[in-house]
Parts: sequence; C-alpha cells; structure tokens
Amino acid sequence: MSTGTQDKPRRSAGGWLLIALPFLWLTVFFLAPFFMVFKISFSEVAVAIPPYLPTFDLSEGFAGIREAFSTFSFDNYKWLAQDDLYWKSYLSSVEIAAISTLITLLVGYPVAYGMARAPKAWRPTLLMLIILPFWTSFLIRVYAWIGILKNEGLLNQFLLWTGIIDQPLIILNTNLAVYIGIVYSYLPFLVLPLYASLEKLDVSLLEAASDLGCPPWKAFWNITLPLSIPGVIAGSFLVFIPAVGEFVIPDLLGGSNTLMIGKTLWVEFFANRDWPVSSAVAVILLMILVIPIVLFQNQQQKAAEKQA
Amino acid sequence: MAKKPIGPVRRAFSPWDDPAAKPFIEFRNVTKRFGDFTAVDNLSLKIYEREFFALLGGSGCGKTTMMRMLAGFETPTEGQIFLDGQDLAGVPPYKRPTNMMFQSYALFPHMSVEANIAFGLKQDGMAKTQIAERVAEMLRLTKLEPFAKRKPHQLSGGQRQRVALARSLAKRPKVLLLDEPLGALDRKLREETQFELMTLQEELKMTFLIVTHDQEEAMTVADRIAVMDAGKIIQMAPPAEIYETPNSKFVADFIGDVNLIEAKVEEKSAHGTFLQAVTGDFRIDTIQETTAAVGDTVWYAMRPEKIRIAHGEAPGTNAVNRVGAEVWDIAYLGDISIFHSRVGEKDTLRATVANITRLVERPIAWDDMVVLSWERDAGVILTA
Amino acid sequence: MRSGPSWFNVTSLVLGFSFLYLPILLLVVFSFNESRLVTVWGGFSTKWYVELMKNQQLIDAAIITLKVAFLSASIATVLGTMAALVLVRSGRFWGRSLFSGMIFAPLVMPEVILGLSLLLLFVAMDQSRGFWTIILAHTTFTMCYVAVVVQSRLVGFDKSIEEAAEDLGCPPARTFFLITLPIILPGVIAGWMLAFTLSLDDLVIASFTTGPGATTLPMKIYSQVRLGVTPEINAVCTILVVLVTMGVIAASILTKRQQVQRERDERAAFGAAG
Repeated sequence: MSTGTQDKPRRSAGGWLLIALPFLWLTVFFLAPFFMVFKISFSEVAVAIPPYLPTFDLSEGFAGIREAFSTFSFDNYKWLAQDDLYWKSYLSSVEIAAISTLITLLVGYPVAYGMARAPKAWRPTLLMLIILPFWTSFLIRVYAWIGILKNEGLLNQFLLWTGIIDQPLIILNTNLAVYIGIVYSYLPFLVLPLYASLEKLDVSLLEAASDLGCPPWKAFWNITLPLSIPGVIAGSFLVFIPAVGEFVIPDLLGGSNTLMIGKTLWVEFFANRDWPVSSAVAVILLMILVIPIVLFQNQQQKAAEKQA
Repeated sequence: MAKKPIGPVRRAFSPWDDPAAKPFIEFRNVTKRFGDFTAVDNLSLKIYEREFFALLGGSGCGKTTMMRMLAGFETPTEGQIFLDGQDLAGVPPYKRPTNMMFQSYALFPHMSVEANIAFGLKQDGMAKTQIAERVAEMLRLTKLEPFAKRKPHQLSGGQRQRVALARSLAKRPKVLLLDEPLGALDRKLREETQFELMTLQEELKMTFLIVTHDQEEAMTVADRIAVMDAGKIIQMAPPAEIYETPNSKFVADFIGDVNLIEAKVEEKSAHGTFLQAVTGDFRIDTIQETTAAVGDTVWYAMRPEKIRIAHGEAPGTNAVNRVGAEVWDIAYLGDISIFHSRVGEKDTLRATVANITRLVERPIAWDDMVVLSWERDAGVILTA
Repeated sequence: MRSGPSWFNVTSLVLGFSFLYLPILLLVVFSFNESRLVTVWGGFSTKWYVELMKNQQLIDAAIITLKVAFLSASIATVLGTMAALVLVRSGRFWGRSLFSGMIFAPLVMPEVILGLSLLLLFVAMDQSRGFWTIILAHTTFTMCYVAVVVQSRLVGFDKSIEEAAEDLGCPPARTFFLITLPIILPGVIAGWMLAFTLSLDDLVIASFTTGPGATTLPMKIYSQVRLGVTPEINAVCTILVVLVTMGVIAASILTKRQQVQRERDERAAFGAAG
C-alpha cells in the first residue's frame, strides 16, 4: 500500500493523453510562434526568402541558437522609437479603443438593463437577438456601414431628406466611423456579461430599497450599479483588448490619418514586406496588451471561483 | 430488582460481540489527507457481513470520505482497507464489488429507468435474457414497473430515489453504500423509505453501509452507529447504547436532546456516586461509578424524557433525585410537551412529557412552581 | 415591482436592437436593388444573385472556405473538448496555469498577432503555405472557443454521474463515450457551430497563413470591398447572413423545444406524485 501524500488524482495513460494532446497542440501552434515573432523582431530585413536575416537554423542545435543570439540587433526597436508613426499608432490605438469602450458601455448598459428587466418569457429571445449578430460575419457587418456612412450614403440621404442638414456630413474615413464600427461590432461582447450580472441581481433587493424609502433612481445608483460592476469590467475588457489590435474596422471605415497599430502592422507586413519590423511592432503591441489580458484573466478566475 | 439496559433494537444480531467473528469490511489505521486537511485520522473499523452500519456525523467529519475510499473514488493516504479478506489497494472503482447510491442519485439523464438499472449488468457482460429478468425483478422490488420506459426527468423525487436504489442493488454487490440516500425526500416519504430499506436489506441478505447526518435515520435503520467528528470515531455502538449511554459530551449532545449539568464529584461509594451541581443548587444521586476523583468537575447528561415534572410531589414515584423549579417556557408539540424550568439562578432543565391523555386535571402553566424528579439511573456521568 | 416593462427599458431595447439590425437589414434590402448604385433604390431585382452564380472565382473561394471551416471546426471540436475536460476534470498537473492561459489568451489576442506569429512558424518549419496551413491556424484559435463553450457545459455537470458509471463497473474511457459525451453533446455541437462560423468569417488570420491557390471568401470579399460597395458583394453577404441566421435559429428552436418538453415532463412527474 502506498504511503505518503497523494493529493493528485490517479491518472491513467488515457488521462495523460487527454492533457498532452491539446497541451502540445497549443504549445506548438500558439506559444512557439510567439518566440518566433520575438526572435525575428531582432533580425534584419533582407531580399530573400524568407525576407529576413539571420534565419533560425535548429539543425545546429544550441550552438546555432547562441550564434543567432549574438547577431541579434535592436535596430528594429530603435527604428520604432525614432519614427513617430509607430508610437503615435500605439497611443492612438489605445485612445480609440478606450473611447470606443466607453461609448459601447453607454450604449450597452441600457440595453443589458432593459433585457434583464424584460418579462421572463422574452429574455431567451432577446438574448438570442444579441448573440445572433455575433454569428454573422464580422467583415460583412463592418462592410454594411460603408454604404450607410459614406458621403452619398443612406444616413446622409436620410438627414438631407428630413432637412436636418443641407450639406452631407463627412463621417466615413474619419475616426468617428471607426468608433461607430467598434461599438457596433463589439456591442454583444459587452452586453452579454453585463446582462448576466444584471439578471442575477435579486429584484427583492430593489423592493427592499423601495420599502425602506429609496427612490428608483437612487436604488439604481446605490444597488444595481455597484452589483453590476463585475459585468461592466468583464465586458469592457472584452471590448477594449481586441479593439486595440483591430485591423478590419480602421482599414475599411477609418481614413488615411486614422492610426491604429493593427493597420500599421498589416501595411508593414503586406505592403512593405518588412517582416522584422512587423514582428517588433507585434512584440510591443503584445507588451501593451499583457497588462489588461492578465488583469482580465485574474478577474475571470475570481469570478469562476466565486461561482464554484 | 436490578434493571437491564434496553435490549436489541432492530433484531437479534451482534457479531461484533463475538471475538471469533470475521469482519467483512475492515479499515485498518486509515488516514486520508487533502493537502493540509486531515479528513480521516488513523481510523480503524470493522463491519460484519449482513450488518446495516451507519456512519453518522456533521458535514466535514470524514464520513463521506470513508465511504468514497471504500468505493474507490479516493485513495487512503495511509492504511489499508479490506473487503471480504481482499486488500482493496489499487483496485479501481469499476472493479470493486461495492455499489453506491449517490446523494444526488446521479441517474443517467439520457437513459430510461430500465437502461439505468441495466447499465451495471451490461458492464459485467451478463446475457441479455438474464439482464431483462434482473431488471424486471428490481422494478418489481422497488415498485417502479409502470415507469420502466421513462427518463429520469419524467420522475418525481421519490421515484428517482427508488431508481437509484434499484440501479445500485441490481448487481447484487457485496456491500451497498448509501450516501445520504434520503436527504432530498420530504419527512413522511423519508420515514417510509427507511423501513423499506430495512426490509430490503433483510430480504437480500446484504451488507449496507449508510452515511448520514440525520441521527433519527441512523437510529432507525442501523444495527450499529459510528458517531464521527473531525476524522475520528467518537463512539461506535448499537443505537440504544449510543442514546442511553453516550461516552462523551459530544455524542450526548449530537444524538437527541440532552440536559448537560456541570457538577462536582462529592462522594463515591460501592453503590454509586453523589454529585453536586456546580451552582450548588442541588445534589444528584447516581448508580454509576466513575473514574473521576472526589472534587473533580464532571458532566451529568440526562435525557429530557427521563425527568418527571409535577406540581408538588410527583405521584407514584420514589425517585431520590428531586428538585424544586419554576416553569418559564412551554412548547406544545402535539405528541409531547417540552417544559423549560429554572432551578436556582443559573440552571435550566428540559423535561418532556408524553401527552398520553387529552385532558388533565391541573395543567402545568408558566411560572408554576414544580418539582422535577428522576431516578438514580436516569443519566450518565461524563468526563470527556 | 412594476406591472410591465417601463418606457425607458422598452426604448433602450428598441434603439439598441435597431442599431444592431438596421445595417444588416439595409444590406440585405440593397442586394435586391436593380441599380448598380448601391445607395439609390432602382427597383427590385435578383440579377446580382444570377451574376454571382456566374462568378467562378467567388464560387471557388466559397468552396475552399467551407472545406476549411468544416475540417478546422471538426479538429478544433475534438481538441477543444479535450481541453475543456482537462480544465474542469484533470485537477492539478505541472503547467496547468500555462495551459489555461493558452486556452484563454487567443480569445482576446489581436488577430494580426496570431496571424503573423503562425506565419512565422510555418516559414520556420519550411512549410509551404495554403489550404492546410489555414486549417492549422483556424483549428488553433477556434479550439479555444470550443473549449470555453464545452467547459461551461461541464461545470454544471454532476460529477457523481460519472462516478456512478464507474461504480457500476464501467472503465473511465468507456464512461466518457457512454455517459459524459451524450450529456455534454449540446455544448459540443454548439462549440462546433461556433468554430465553423468563426473560420467562415476570418479574414486576418487566413490572409497571413494562406499561400497561392487558397483564397478564402472573406479574402475575396475584402479585396472587392476595398474597391467600393458593390451589389454583388451585398448579394454574397446576404446569402451568408441568411444561411448562418437560419442555422442558429434552427438550433435554438430545437433546444428550446427540448427544454419546453422537458419542463412539461417534469411538471407532470411531480404533479402525479402529488
């Protein structure tokens, strides 16, 4: 009979395989690629296939890796620091993502609240209506806005027809169009966690507040809002983090002076074919996102633990 | 005339008194730790064939861990478990001759009642005709025949409980493990089912091990009860012995209702012990001898139904222990009434009276001065 | 508290849902526009759909996209379900937090980074790029979504049901196929559907990891959208939107019906028991 502590569950060969297969897959196709990006961000661009030097040669083993390290150059990072296009892109990405997140919150909160307070019979349908756009193509949903926002587009036609304006508004190819695109595309991500936390809220709490003489708006401020904070935080992260690295929305809706880092990376890679610089851009973008991602994961973990 | 303790409660069955009897299940110095937490602490236990054994205790006392180790879902950190002479170490749950009825019933939601009951038999590779026979028998035994084709969600709570029971009995396991089997049922159904369980156990001649926090349930069904606390067995005995002769304050308090009186040993003799309540308000004469020395502080545990309560002298009694008291609370429960009476400044004694008549000449009312009396053998002296 | 929904709640719901659905609705309407000017209504016509049927390039792209989506969603469902089981069931093991980090990070990671990093990996592996590299890339990021969907189904799963099967003599692997899988199947199917539509939808990762000869529908749409809004693209988008919407609605009606039936049964069972 075994002695000593046995905290770990007994695990059969099948149990180990269960862990090993997805673990290995993610290590090879998710984790390892990051090291590639990191490594190539220290190489130099070259007219070759692949278009960078030095290449990684695993056949030389550890010596080869050390060799590669010795030829690492920080030129790409110096370049990023010197050319203000890059750090302006970073700043403007964070700014656009933050403003969009705020607007999404202002638009999404009333919707989530309305859903949570809707009659119980309606709620599954409303929930499905929120989720449904998420299933339809992101690209298509962004594309749909081009026809609405452009100078001779539907919105301007409508506003001209009603007589509110006599000159078409220029919205497409501005930052405003990017805000609209992000809010529109990411609204379900914010509404879902928010709805989940608002729906859990016990209505009898509000009844108790009302019973104790608290008017509805005050009850909202003192009870509903504080209790929905976890949903607000989760939803905001879900909008903010991917919005920072967004490419499709600024590319299709934004103008030439809309600077977003996802777009910069894309152009650097596909138009300039400068792989090392795009890798350096990606490394810095990742570093910017690490903090919110870690915060988000911690928050999710805490929520999961609370549930369990 | 010398009195005898209340005899065998369920049936004449006491292999544990026979030193030659071979235990059917044996836990030998079993310890189970989860990280820093010790769930079961160096515990040894013998259960005999055809015994109905109850592990009783509050949540976290280790009773469920004991059962799960026997079923094979947990591995002991130290010690050995034997079943019918076989060391169970390294035997996975699906190869153990035990079956368990889960607290949540754990019915397979996507299978009919029949398929649920047949599941274990299929795993053994039993022939189809035999399986059909056995399933039919189990359905009859648990009165589930009309529901054979239903899915679990189409059953009421009581019916689900019976499916879980039928499923765990179908394989005729050497031991049936019952994990809080009746916890989800309402009181009336629970009492009925307790008697059904006892009948089943007699009929199938199997060994049952039940885990429960419900002392009434344990007392009703079990031949022997082990009262557990913090991973240890505090007392292991037949129900009547546990109730009438608890070995500690913990057991006395855990099982049923009890008056615990703090007292000092005043005098020891061959006929018993005299105690003096620490409040100094009354003396207790007992037939029990104690290991405590004169002057030691002990606890006198006495069940409320052992105390008589009357205006003035209690009629028809020559009880030596009597004390004046003032009634300050009465609870009428129908079958019995509970009287809380103050003795002196600090002590409160609970007495229960069976309401054997509908009408009484002079009912006891609040603030009445009464006499409480009890026999010399009414309670036990506890040192732990 | 209140007898009906307040005007404020109704207004915010109406406005919110109009905002979500109006753009797609307009796109669908204008796919039936006679005029080539996409924002001026010139009468009803289905000619752009006919035109579409003649566009062999677009049809080829659609076929590749569907193949990629089907294959990657299927592999991702297997891997994602395994990952969900590991997250919920495997307890502690070396590298557990790394593992859960690798499951959750791709959900919020910018697609440009995922695409770039996978491309660099394929280049380093000297892998010629095309159909299969897109599948590998899509499998990797969609399996994380599958894992999350299946995990939420597993969390609500009473583990004692599996223990009961083992207790009745069923070894762990068989228990998974006889008991666990049938019970979590709705989650697994939902995960597959999600993986399928995500793959169908993806532009950025596919653009990075593709090679000659493997142009997916989103890439085709994107290259045309850059040149401006055209009624053909409206028609393609409409077909995609209608297909996905029908799939999702059919799935949710099926689940809903099952649930209603189940509730009715349960009420009947408890009613009969008194």
